Amino acid sequence: MIHQFELGGYHIVVDSCSGSIHSVDEVAADVIGLYPDHTEDEIVSTLLARYAGRPDVNEAELRECVADVTALKESGQLFAPDTFAPLAGYLKAKSGDIVKALCLHVAHTCNLNCSYCFASQGKYHGERALMSFETGKRALDFLVEHSGTRRNLEVDFFGGEPLMNWDVVKELVRYARAIEKEKGKNFRFTLTTNGLLIDDDVIDFCNREMSNVVLSLDGRKEIHDALRVDYAGNGSYDRIVPKFQKLVQARGGKGYYMRGTFTHRNPDFTKDLFHMADLGFTELSMEPVVCAPGDPAALTDEDIETVKKEYETLAFDMLRREREGRPITFYHYMIDLTGGPCIYKRISGCGSGTEYMAVTPWGDLYPCHQFVGEEKWKLGDIWQGVTNTELRERFRGCNAYAREECADCWARLWCSGGCAANAYHASGDIRGVYPAGCELFKKRIECAIMMKVAEEAEGLAE
Amino acid sequence: MTRIKTLKTRDLCASAEKGCGECQTSQKCE
Repeated sequence: MIHQFELGGYHIVVDSCSGSIHSVDEVAADVIGLYPDHTEDEIVSTLLARYAGRPDVNEAELRECVADVTALKESGQLFAPDTFAPLAGYLKAKSGDIVKALCLHVAHTCNLNCSYCFASQGKYHGERALMSFETGKRALDFLVEHSGTRRNLEVDFFGGEPLMNWDVVKELVRYARAIEKEKGKNFRFTLTTNGLLIDDDVIDFCNREMSNVVLSLDGRKEIHDALRVDYAGNGSYDRIVPKFQKLVQARGGKGYYMRGTFTHRNPDFTKDLFHMADLGFTELSMEPVVCAPGDPAALTDEDIETVKKEYETLAFDMLRREREGRPITFYHYMIDLTGGPCIYKRISGCGSGTEYMAVTPWGDLYPCHQFVGEEKWKLGDIWQGVTNTELRERFRGCNAYAREECADCWARLWCSGGCAANAYHASGDIRGVYPAGCELFKKRIECAIMMKVAEEAEGLAE
Repeated sequence: MTRIKTLKTRDLCASAEKGCGECQTSQKCE
């Protein structure tokens, strides 16, 4: 299966199953478009008529182009057949009951009161709670015990607001560091924070121990302060931006990114990304809000079209900044064409409910942070392990081949079947589809690929 | 003239030969 698109003045052909990407001119684009259903003579006669008057388009040129397409097909780089369906369940079956990553909900409470919060202001539709050190320690032991031969283990400190349980976070990191050598493991810690409680201790510890920090900022002050307010109704922008700037400056190049959410209020979200760049932040992300369709924050069909144009605007502006020697990154555009994941990972996706789980302050296990708070999604707990094995098997079945709707989608080996939580919230089924999410995803991948083509053409590539 | 430029990409078919699961939860192959 191939996908052709035009963006930024480039004609681009994506060969879905080989992963190949071709930058072509308009004549080659036409040849490739006609190739599957026409003979060489038909292609030549059709295009001689279409490009009559173009001196560079003659019969010899066209036959050479057809030969190039044939050579690419024979080398498996164009019109590659899909031979991967039998591999669909391989990685998760091979992984068995291995768990390699946990999202530790160290705080089901928050010092902000954001109306659009998917976690109902950090409480996940339940009681306020903080995870004890004993529960967190058991979660880390559970992870090590169930990690099999995996060396790299990931622990994300999440909430609510994890800095409201900061001493426990530090104790858990120290405990993990104390056991990782003996256990032959490599812990990677990450932290997601709204920034209000950042101080010098947090900055020093994070910069020493956290491989990445995710900093919540929605962009322009008026956008951020409209929704990210404290319990007195006061915006948080002026309090957190200086703290974020200090933390990022002190990180000295270690991983971080600014993570914003855009809503119906700001589908023109690139203004917010560029504002963050103006504040000195270079690692950026803005994501569409996750909420019920009737919610005032929900994106409308009209918004979705605006957002797609915004993704293009962002890609063009990022290329401009790159040419000027002051690049920024955008989470979804950081594709790695040569060192990216293997076919097994591309098919199997994020691993929620199998190798990745969320742990509540009480030690209950859920498929991921977005399912916490709904009892029917509880997998088990960190003492007994996964007891709802039927539910785990449902998640094990999530992959790029699990949905009939994806059968003719060029992007399925880029999205790996998509986000189970988004599918559930949109359709009521973890194997459903979220059509608006698909539209946005495909546009983002087109933009990311166009940037790679442009970087190559302009000599901007590393 | 060359009307087609192919970017260097990881060969997905070849990657089926060598699924270790060490990559980060979702990206770089490790």
